[in-house]
Amino acid sequence: MISYLDFEKPVAALQARIDELRETADDGAIDIDAEIEKLQQRSTTMLAELYGKLSPWQKTQVARHAERPHFRDFVSAMCSDFMPLAGDRAYADDKAIQGGFATISGRKVMLIGHEKGNDTASRVKHNFGMGMPEGYRKAVRLMELASRFGLPVVTLVDTSGAFPGVQAEERGQAEAIARATEACLALNVSMVAAVVGEGGSGGAVALASANRVLMMEHAIYSVISPEGCASILWRTADKAADAAQAMQVTAQQLLTLGVIDRIVPEPLGGAHREPQVAIQALQKAITEELRTLDGLSGTQLRNQRAEKFLALGS
Amino acid sequence: MSWLNRVRNAIPFIAKKADTPDNLWQKCPSCGQMIFQKEWDENLSVCPRCEHHGRIGPKARFSHIFDEGTLKLLPTPVVKEDPLKFRDSKRYTDRLKAARAATTEQDALLNGIGKIEGQQAVVGVQDFAFMGGSMGTAVGAAFVAGVKEAIKRRCPYIVFTAAGGARMQEGILSLMQMPRATVAIQQLRAAGQPYIVVLTDPTTGGVTASYAMLGDIQIAEPNALIAFAGARVIENTIREKLPEGFQRAEYLLEHGMIDMVVHRKELKPMLAKTIGYLSGAKAA
Ligand SMILES: [Zn+2]
Repeated sequence: MISYLDFEKPVAALQARIDELRETADDGAIDIDAEIEKLQQRSTTMLAELYGKLSPWQKTQVARHAERPHFRDFVSAMCSDFMPLAGDRAYADDKAIQGGFATISGRKVMLIGHEKGNDTASRVKHNFGMGMPEGYRKAVRLMELASRFGLPVVTLVDTSGAFPGVQAEERGQAEAIARATEACLALNVSMVAAVVGEGGSGGAVALASANRVLMMEHAIYSVISPEGCASILWRTADKAADAAQAMQVTAQQLLTLGVIDRIVPEPLGGAHREPQVAIQALQKAITEELRTLDGLSGTQLRNQRAEKFLALGS
Repeated sequence: MSWLNRVRNAIPFIAKKADTPDNLWQKCPSCGQMIFQKEWDENLSVCPRCEHHGRIGPKARFSHIFDEGTLKLLPTPVVKEDPLKFRDSKRYTDRLKAARAATTEQDALLNGIGKIEGQQAVVGVQDFAFMGGSMGTAVGAAFVAGVKEAIKRRCPYIVFTAAGGARMQEGILSLMQMPRATVAIQQLRAAGQPYIVVLTDPTTGGVTASYAMLGDIQIAEPNALIAFAGARVIENTIREKLPEGFQRAEYLLEHGMIDMVVHRKELKPMLAKTIGYLSGAKAA
């Protein structure tokens, strides 16, 4: 049973009515299939209308939906093989940032991404996808490894941001993020990044300074969370919807701004309704993007990234 | 006469308290001591009583760092203004106008070229007085321009950081200045020129998490706040009090994040010496 977002209430009500009718139909002999069919169509139309014009704030909620596919879902559906690699060789293995060798559409790559977890226990284990410095340092290690051995790097970005905490500061969260961004830009291999849910600030860009940056249709990518922006500029987190609107956080807006290269379509009503469809679409997009970068030399790939990011805001 | 001697020999400015206008006095933001403006300036905006390092803008910084008469300001690159047509309680364009009127600067990063004890360097200074020093496309563009000039002149790029973080009014484009500035640093490195960071109070957020932490040499001014996440954000996350001295320059030194904490009066000779070592192989 899917959990509905606030703005989906009309659909939820309709769906409840349909379920009710189904039960009645099971009980008795009355034939109400036609009625159910009609309601189901109305529900689908309603969902299509809602998702056709999601506001940036509504997209933020979709992007954070608990049932949205996360790193491990992508891995299990997208990769014929995944060989996790652990640790930063200095302090610990951060569970918020996962990485390892992976095979996608028959291609060997280095796959790195944030894992948010999907229930209380795994969310705590993965620290809700908020990376620690050791997570970013692991990412640097894996990127450098990939660069040396000619493996393209693919990242799946899904974080509200790097973890804000005493230990994170103590161990140099800022430096770790800066070095990870730098590592992306220094790669001699191709890099494709996909923002699959939330692309939150420095903790996201550290894994997304890539040759090609993709976003799922309802993902968001922003310099600060809408709540954070609202509490600073509007002095209340209640204005998060206004902040999301003003900051331009959606895939569609970011494509227009030239910050991302491609939008990956999601199934009707968002990736959480049909995760497998969403994951397949992403796999196809990543495979195609990797192919467009084939044949470029290390220098060409580095130059392409340099030119792309130097041009942002000129 | 070196500036150090100048400071030592400075004759205290004498004025009758009763008829001194307020602007001739400076109240130390840390200990509250009233200090004559002239004494404050001559002491490089450092409190003579408690050594608090006051926040200073590009012009004052250049005068502290460069040899007299060597400064040449670099033009500030022109960027597309207000790319998102951003408006919160005020229009972003109005905030920019107010900041320009208050600081007489175009944006929050100004580059100057000059000599530091005879050695050429391009120096960028971030101005906290300009919208909290925040990093938007103009800061990114100025950073790139400063680095480019340093590459052209085959000299180091030194940046004095000061920022509340990214410029939210430019949304994702402000975030993109992190990789943008990083590309510039890589180009400077490829050109074999040193990149020196001087962290000043306060340096936080996206600036810290990009060019402020990538220096070949990392220097900080005493007691400067240097952070990724703000103290309030952290307190709200962990729900406990923060340790003494947390996120201050000395704390970062203790935790291995910077090379040294240097008093403002020692900064110029320290920079000169650093440049000397980093160009040692070439000079020898
Ligand atoms: Zn004082």
